[in-house]
Order: sequence, then C-alpha cells, then structure tokens
Amino acid sequence: MTAASPAERAPSAGRIRTDRLIDIAYRLRAFGIVAALAILIVVTSIVQPRFLSGQEVNIVLGNTSILALLTLGEAMVIISRNVDLSVGSVLGLSAFVSGSTFGHLHGVPTGVAILVAFLVGIGVGAACGIVNGALTTIGRVPSLVVTLATLYIIRGIDILIIGGGQVVASSLPDSFFQISLRNFHNVPYLTMAVAVVIGIGAYYMRSYRSGRDLYAIGSNPDAARLVGIPSGRRVFTAFVLSGSIAGAAGVLWASKYGTLDSTAGSGYELQVIAAVVIGGVAIFGGSGSVIGAALGALLLSTILAALYVGGVSPFWTQAIAGAMILVAITIDRLISLQLTAALRRRRSREST
Amino acid sequence: MSAPARTPAVEERIPVLSLQHASKAFGAVQALEDVSIDLFAGEVHGLVGENGAGKSTLVKILAGVHPPDTGSIVVGGLPVFLAGPADARDSGIAIIYQEPILFPDLTVEENIFIGRQPLTTGRRIDRHAMRSHVMEVFQRLGVRLDPGRIARGLSIAEQQIVEIGKALSLDAKIIVMDEPTAALSAVEVARLFGVVDSLRASGAAVLFISHRLEEIFQLCQRVTVLRDGRLVLSRELEGLTADDLVRAMVGREIVERESEQQAVGGTVLLVERLTREGFFTDVSFEVKAGEIVALAGLVGAGRSEVACAIFGIDSYDAGSVTVNGRGLRRGSPTAAMSAGVGLVPEDRRQQGLVMDLSISRNVALASLGRLQRFGFILSSSERRFAEDWAVRLRLRYGRLSDAANSLSGGNQQKVVLAKWLGRQPTLLIVDEPTRGIDIATKAEVHRLLDELAGQGVAILMISSELPEVLHVADRILVMREGRLITEFTHAEATEERIVAAATGQLEEGAA
Amino acid sequence: MNRRELHERLRPTLRWEAGLVVALVAIVLLGSLASDKFLTKGNLFYLCLSIGELAIMTLPLTLIIITGEIDLSVASILGLCSAMLGYLVLHGWSLGWAFLVVMALGVAAGLFNGVLVTRLGLPSLAVTIGTLTLYRGLAVVILGPNIVSTFPQRYTNIGVNPVGNSFLSWSVVFFLVLAVIFGVVLQLTPFGRSLFVIGQNKDAALYAGIRVKRVKLLLFVVSGFICAFAGILYTFRLSTAVQDNGLGLELNVVAIVLLGGVSIFGGKGSILGVVLAVAVYAALQNALFLTSFPQRAFGIVTGCLLLVSVLVPNAGSFVRRARAAWRRREARNTPAVEAN
Repeated sequence: MTAASPAERAPSAGRIRTDRLIDIAYRLRAFGIVAALAILIVVTSIVQPRFLSGQEVNIVLGNTSILALLTLGEAMVIISRNVDLSVGSVLGLSAFVSGSTFGHLHGVPTGVAILVAFLVGIGVGAACGIVNGALTTIGRVPSLVVTLATLYIIRGIDILIIGGGQVVASSLPDSFFQISLRNFHNVPYLTMAVAVVIGIGAYYMRSYRSGRDLYAIGSNPDAARLVGIPSGRRVFTAFVLSGSIAGAAGVLWASKYGTLDSTAGSGYELQVIAAVVIGGVAIFGGSGSVIGAALGALLLSTILAALYVGGVSPFWTQAIAGAMILVAITIDRLISLQLTAALRRRRSREST
Repeated sequence: MSAPARTPAVEERIPVLSLQHASKAFGAVQALEDVSIDLFAGEVHGLVGENGAGKSTLVKILAGVHPPDTGSIVVGGLPVFLAGPADARDSGIAIIYQEPILFPDLTVEENIFIGRQPLTTGRRIDRHAMRSHVMEVFQRLGVRLDPGRIARGLSIAEQQIVEIGKALSLDAKIIVMDEPTAALSAVEVARLFGVVDSLRASGAAVLFISHRLEEIFQLCQRVTVLRDGRLVLSRELEGLTADDLVRAMVGREIVERESEQQAVGGTVLLVERLTREGFFTDVSFEVKAGEIVALAGLVGAGRSEVACAIFGIDSYDAGSVTVNGRGLRRGSPTAAMSAGVGLVPEDRRQQGLVMDLSISRNVALASLGRLQRFGFILSSSERRFAEDWAVRLRLRYGRLSDAANSLSGGNQQKVVLAKWLGRQPTLLIVDEPTRGIDIATKAEVHRLLDELAGQGVAILMISSELPEVLHVADRILVMREGRLITEFTHAEATEERIVAAATGQLEEGAA
Repeated sequence: MNRRELHERLRPTLRWEAGLVVALVAIVLLGSLASDKFLTKGNLFYLCLSIGELAIMTLPLTLIIITGEIDLSVASILGLCSAMLGYLVLHGWSLGWAFLVVMALGVAAGLFNGVLVTRLGLPSLAVTIGTLTLYRGLAVVILGPNIVSTFPQRYTNIGVNPVGNSFLSWSVVFFLVLAVIFGVVLQLTPFGRSLFVIGQNKDAALYAGIRVKRVKLLLFVVSGFICAFAGILYTFRLSTAVQDNGLGLELNVVAIVLLGGVSIFGGKGSILGVVLAVAVYAALQNALFLTSFPQRAFGIVTGCLLLVSVLVPNAGSFVRRARAAWRRREARNTPAVEAN
C-alpha cells in the first residue's frame, strides 16, 4: 500500500455542495429577519396604508431605539453563553437616579446637567455590571442565577431609594426631553445615534480579537480555556458593557417618559431577550450577530405596531412576543436538525 | 511492507524533544516508570503499546496537562517545565487528539487563529492575512479545505486537518498524534499520511501513536514500545518485524485457560439486513445461546453503532432485530431490556456509570423495577442486591456507599457488568469489555463471560483487542466501513486474517 | 447498616438542611424579639396565607431542576389559569366545570412546554422564557381589563379562615400534603431515583433504560397541573381574578428552590430542603413585614438569599482552586529537576 500523493485530488462535488449548504443555512437565518420584516411591512401597508406614513415610521423607530440599544449589550452576553436578566432593573434604577440628578444641579447650564445625568446613569449601570461580572467569573456562579438575584436586589434598591415618591416630568429640563423627540425627516435623532452605537458594537464583535473571543467562549468554553483565551476577563467586560448600556438606556428612558416610579423597566429584560433570540442569537451562545439582535428588536416593534394599526387589540402584545420567541428558536432548531441529517447522508454517500 | 528512506546518521543529532526518565503515578497505579524517548526533527516516531501501557499518560505529560512525578522534558537542549497546555504550546509542542476540540460556530480559519489573529492598524483583525496564511498552510499540507466554512459539520478527518493546520501556524516543532486514524476511513487515512509526510519533510518531529502496526511500518522511522508503563524498546524501525513489535508489546505470559467449546443452543439474537444511513448497511448475523460472538474491526467500522441500534439507544432505517423469536421494537431500550437484552457500553465513564452515584445505586440502576415493593424502593434492598453481586464478581471497594468514581477501571467495569447481570439477560452485548483494565481483572472478565456462556447466555462482544477476540470468541464477525465483511470460526481465525479483513486487504486464501 | 454508614450517607444532605434549620431558628428568634406580634396565631396565619401558593409551585419545579431542566413559566401558568377561572365565572359557568377546564388548561400548558423540550429538543430555559411571556399574554387576552370578584364565599373563605382551630391556611395544608407525596416519590420510588440519574448523567440514564424524554415530559405536565391548582387557590385567596395575577412570582419560586439546596446544574436536591427553604423565606418575609421594612423592596432579601445559596457551596471549591493556582505558581518558579 503506497501513500497517496500529497496533492489532493479535487474535492468531490458532494463535498462542495455540503459546505455551501451549511453556509446557505446560516446566511438564510441572518436574512430571514430582514425578509420577515419586509413581508410584514408590505402586507400591513396593503391592509392599512397608514402604516407607511411618516408618523407611523417615527413611532415605531422611537419605540425601537431603547430596545435595540439594550440588545447590543444583551447579545454580547448571550453570545458568550451567559445571560443578563438584570437589565430591566438596571434601567429602572438608572432612570430614576439620573432623573433625580437634575434636582441637585440647579445652577448648572442645561447641557452640562444633561451630560452629568448621562454619566451618572452609565456609572450606575457599570457598577451593576461589575457586580454581575464579578459574581459570574470569580464566584463561578451561573449567570442565570447571578442576574436573577441582581434583578431582585437592584429593583429592591430602586424601591428603597424612591420610597413612595417619583420623579415628575416637570422637574426635568425641557431640552432633556428633546433627546427623544427631535427628528430628522421623521427619523428620530435618537434612532440614528443608537444605530451608530450598534454599528460600532457590531464592528467590534466582528473585527477585534476580544469580540471574536466572546464567540469562542460561547461556542466551546472548555476549548476556549485550553487555547488560552482569558475567558474570565472577557465575560466580565461583557457584563460591564451590558450594565453600562442598560444604564445609558435608563437615561434615555427618563428622557422619553419623564415621570418615573419604581416600576420603570420592570419586566423589560424579557422583551430584550426575546428580541435577541428572534434576531438569531443562539440562547447557548457562539453564534448570531449584534446587528441581527437589533433587527430582532425592530421586527418585534414593527409587529406590535402592525397589530395596533391593523386594529388588533393591544392586549395581544405580550402573547405575540412570547409566540415569536418560540417560533424563532423552533425554526433555528429545525434548520440545524435538517442540516445534521443532510451532512450525514452526504458523508455516507461519499465514503462508500 | 518496507520502511521509508532512512534519516542521516543518528548519533550526532540533538533531539528536538527528549523526555528523560519520566515517571508518573495516579494514586496506587504507576502509569509510567522511568520512560525516556527522543524525538528528532524530520522524523516520524511511532509509539505502540496495548491499552493501559502508558501511552496516553505520556501524551498528557507532553501536553502539559500533568507534570511528571520525576524526570524532565528537554526541548531543543533546554529543560522546560510545563505548568499547563499554554507552556507546551509555547515550547512548540502540538497535540492532535483523536477527537479534536474545535469551536463549532467559528470558521476554519478562525479556529486556527482564535486568540492570535493577525492584526492591521488599530488592532483590527486582518482577514486577508489570516486567509492567505491559512491557504498557505493548507497548501503545505497538501489539502483542500475551505477556510471560510463553519467548523460545525466537519468530519473527524477534516477536524484533524484543522488541528494540524493550527499546529503548523503555531510553528510547532513537535507534533503528537494520538491514534489519529482510529475514526478515519481508508481514503482519509491515506490523505492523513500525505499530510504527515509533508510535516516530516518540513522538519517537524512527529510522534505517531497507533494500534495498527502496518501504519507504523508505513510511516515511521523510529519506534518506541511501552508495556505496563515501562519502556521495552526504543530504536530505529529498520530491521524490526511486526512480530518483534507484537512480542515486545505483549511480552508476559498470558495465564488464561483455553476457553472450552460450549454447547450451543437455539438462536437468541437474529439481526437481518440492519441498516442505518451513514453508519452501517445491510448487517445480518445471529447469536445462539451459549455462544460468544465477537464483532471485530477497526474503530469507526460501525460496530458500536450496530450494538446501540440493537439495544434501542439509536433507531435504524431498515432491517429487523429478533430476540428469542420475537421481533424487537426499534428505538426503545425499555423494550430491549424487557426482551432480556443488556448492553455494557463502550464508554464506561460517560455511558456505563453515574460516576458521582454510589456503587450500590449504580448496580441497582437497571433493576429498580424488580427491587421495588408496592412501588417503593429502599436503599437497604439496593444495598443487599449490590452486596450480593459484589461478592459474586469479587469487587474490590471501600464501602458500597462510595461513589463509583473511587473505583479502579477494572472494578468500575465489574459494577457495570453487575448492573446487567442482575437482570439475568438472555443476550448480553459487551462493547470493549476490557478496555483500560489491568491484566488480572481482564482475565476475570473473560472467565466471567465464559461462565455466562456456559449458563446459556448469548454474548455479543465488540472488541478491538485481537488477542481477546481470538481467545474468547466462538465465532468472529469482521466489520469494515459499516458492512459485515466476513466471518471466522474460532479454529480458522488468526490475527493476520482478522486484520486483513478489517483493513480491506483480503489476501488469497482468506476464509 | 451500621451507625457509621448512616452518618456517612446523611452527612452531605445534613449540612445544607441543618444550615436552613439554623437560619430558621435564628429568624424566628429575631422576629419574635423584634415584634411581639410575630408568634401570634393571627400573624402565623397571615404568614401561611402569603406563602401557600408559592410553596406549592416549588414542588414540581424542584423535580424539574433535579433533572437538569428549568420551568420559568410556573407563575404565568398560575396567572393564565386564574384569568381563565375569572373569565368562566364571569360568563356564568358553574364552578365544577370551571375547575375542570382550568386544570385541563394547566395540563395543556405544561404539555406544550414538555413537547417543545423533549420532542423538539429545545433548551428549557429558552422555551420557558417564551412560554412565560406567551401564557402571561394569553391571560391578558382572556380577561382583558376585567376584574372578577364574584366568587362564592364558600371558596374565598380559603383566604379568610384557617384550617380548624390552627394557624395553618388551607394552602399550606395542601402544600404539606403534596410535599410528603413529592418527597416520598423522589426518595423512595424508582421514578424518583431516575430523576437524580437523569440530572447527573443523561447518557448513563438512557443506557440504563430510563425513558428520559417521557420522564421530563411528565414532569412538565405535572408542573402545569400543580400550577393550575395553585392558580385556583390564589384566585380564591385574593377573591380576585385580574390579568396580572402572580406577575413576577416565578423568580421567587426559583429562588426558594435553589435556597433549598437544589443544584441549578441538576442531579442534587431534596424536598425536605425545599420545605425548610419555604419556611425560612416565609419567616423572613413576615419578620421584615412586621418591622415595617418596605414590602416591595423585599426583593433585595430574596436576591441575597439566592446568591448566598449558590456562593456557599462554591466557597469550598473556590478556596481549593485558589490554593492550586498558588501551588502552580510556586512550582513554576522553582528550577526544573535536573536530568541525571
């Protein structure tokens, strides 16, 4: 028996088709959201032409901005095979704390006050993220449990601080509200700003080592440690970022809604996770993209808006969000099952 | 079979890596004792030995997973201490495992470069440089693989190529391959040999571990034989025959009684045209009461898959399984167990036992239904049951409440056997029954199988250890690449014939 | 079995449960010191009322977590069933039929969870996050903005009268009975044993003939059933059905189960531990309530309890790991052994 020549003969057509099959499947998922979005808009506009009006677009984009911003941080965490359930509570705490800072900054010019409010909000979020990250990486506690606990604790702190009070819209400067209200041809400036931030996040996840490390950690945590990826540091950073983003989102929430009590953001984390999952990020990490997650947020908001415009009772909102999560993960699962079966069939045919 | 061209004069060369007088013990087991091995650049060095000879311990030491208790590692003339896999990597050592550990969601090129991707300005990942580097590596290896495809779905052979690519891109000077051909098809093996040749030509030192002696002779220039943790020989391959190697590997006198021919009863297991796409095709055979039928073949031939299909762990696409005259429902281990079938699985730690569970609970695990009274089960009845079997199988343990983890490999296997024997099966399937077990317990297990056959149990034994197969089996079936190739009786079977059938080289005059 | 073996076998379980008992005693002591109302029959009855349904929901969740899965939709099933009960009563159904429909609804909800997890192989975390939202949403759809309080007093007295002359509420009595049943099943039946095996090593369970999929499906169905029952109790206790009954309770349930010593990774846990955890949680909540700690901020306590219950087991291994890392750093700094 002689050894085969080093030059490999051309891979059989079967193998090429298999490789392409996998690629197609993955790209399909990524574009699936865009396709769903497009179909949805087309169908709804036919039924209710008002849907394409500038005002409607403005509302949808406005509703999506904060949600999409949150999906950036959450996607990074979920990609690394963790989860951050505390974002809603962090948002609420940050909204209140940052909103209250205006009360302490009477003599200060408004622009500076707004800047300070942002810094305070982000700082609050970062602090929460540090706690989450430390408990997960150093304490070796599963992130599900950690962020479940901090969800409670942070909300409780929020309640304690607020007491029975609330931040009233009238205590906030006018220009603060303008952040969410100013538009450029029906596109809120806020949306554009969020899009830029998400773009930066997406670029980071794609083109920087530490971003790719998060994918590796989520894809195979043991292998990641074996090849020397500093998993602890990366996951910690992801949580700090997630917290900071939630903090920033809290400030934006304050600017959007004005009146804040202790229920701000309560339960919001589920919508964020729903958006991320719908956007194609696998719940066990390793795959998906930040852009996909943001599109998931857009899809979720658009569906809700479409239903509203279509005359469906708003009571259906939550049920539909839940159904969408289930549909998204089911589709992902069916695709991967078909893929594995197809691969096995191809391989058996090749080797005989 | 001749060895490839000799490398130039050996004496003046400095080994790229030298393991010197390494010893390693795990608890009471001395896995390695005073083993020294030299690896030279541009050479493929074969490492052979039976299961338990110490090969994997040696690999772990080189990988930096365990430090040797005594002895040292010298790389390029300088002693190094490997505190972990990272140190091994830094010293230029790369390990290619039988089952590579990749990131399934990342692309091939990312798998190769994760954590150290080439960068452009601003610390961004330079994808062009990454792609061209990977293409260059693949070209050097003589393989074609799309660097941009996702790692999920790659065959084991392709995964190994990726690992080797990673090793090359890390400028590994020492590449250790731990039984790489075990799960490969003949075509893939040939391709791998081409790759190993390229590695050798480019000056790397390759340590090639394999059970298949013909591969050693085809590929290697030097060979080391380990036996029971000790070094038996380490020299150039030229001048040695396969017999020499086998004798060195086996060495001791196997004190086992010649198993007696048993009286054979009716057909217990009838498998007809069993097919599972991608795993095995058109397999038909039968096992009678009192018979021990061995299923031989290389790893990856589909034997364990057939066993799992019979037992119902996996389903199958076509064909039928009949036990004691009754058709057996596919895909249901419960149905198989009710029909009197038991399966001692291949992976003791992952499939055969629950390691953290106590010995008594493990033994009782498959018999809970029978041990219960009025729907309840008491720990005391489990314990009595386990005690009974522990005595019968001569189990060595501390307390029955100890975790299965605390037992030696041989005793763990006895626990698995007890679990199934406790159900008094009419058909017992054992998959690699003595893998990783010490000699004494091995003989006990063989004796036990003989006894069971004598009591009329039908036994289907899957084994890669030819001496065991030749010694214990009444009939030997050989599988290759998912098909049943041929059958030998105990009398007509020899190691060469079985190996020939298993590797697809049927010589003239084969049975 | 001699005394030593008994001691050995009970030791690991004893540690956690003992800790809970100590905590319980401490809380009771502190509570009675802080407020002389603490140990009164009336207060204890109130304590039982507040914990009853929550406690009942912890039982099936314990079994589910032991097998390595999770069910976050428990409180949503409670809310859904509560909403359905209100809806049916609002539309004039007799209570007998309403009960049947509501329990069937719970079973269906659990079945849906179970099918997605076992037949489709979807991760239970993701599935139950989805169904938690879905069921909550369906509750909103069913009941809308309506608030139903027209329940016969015979039933709503559950929230007013204790059992007999004791301080126990009906819900707690149901809980204790169910706890005994679940505990016996878990520890003393083959089925219960198989749950631990599934949680510790799913493959070994399969290879031992355990029908893993069927077992898990059954557990989810039981969870749905029990949560429906809890939903009925909850509705009667508050004598109100409203669209967000039980909102947010799922996290409390998970917290209590983990506090009870059940490992989030599966394979370990006991009903006794969970019962003690229920007692600890209830006592703590009650004690704080009496000391006018703001009720809605009680989440801080739940969260801290949760963290403590997972950090404490890790503490031992944390120390070990730190020491191993230290040793490795030392070894690295000593020169390599010279070859002889």
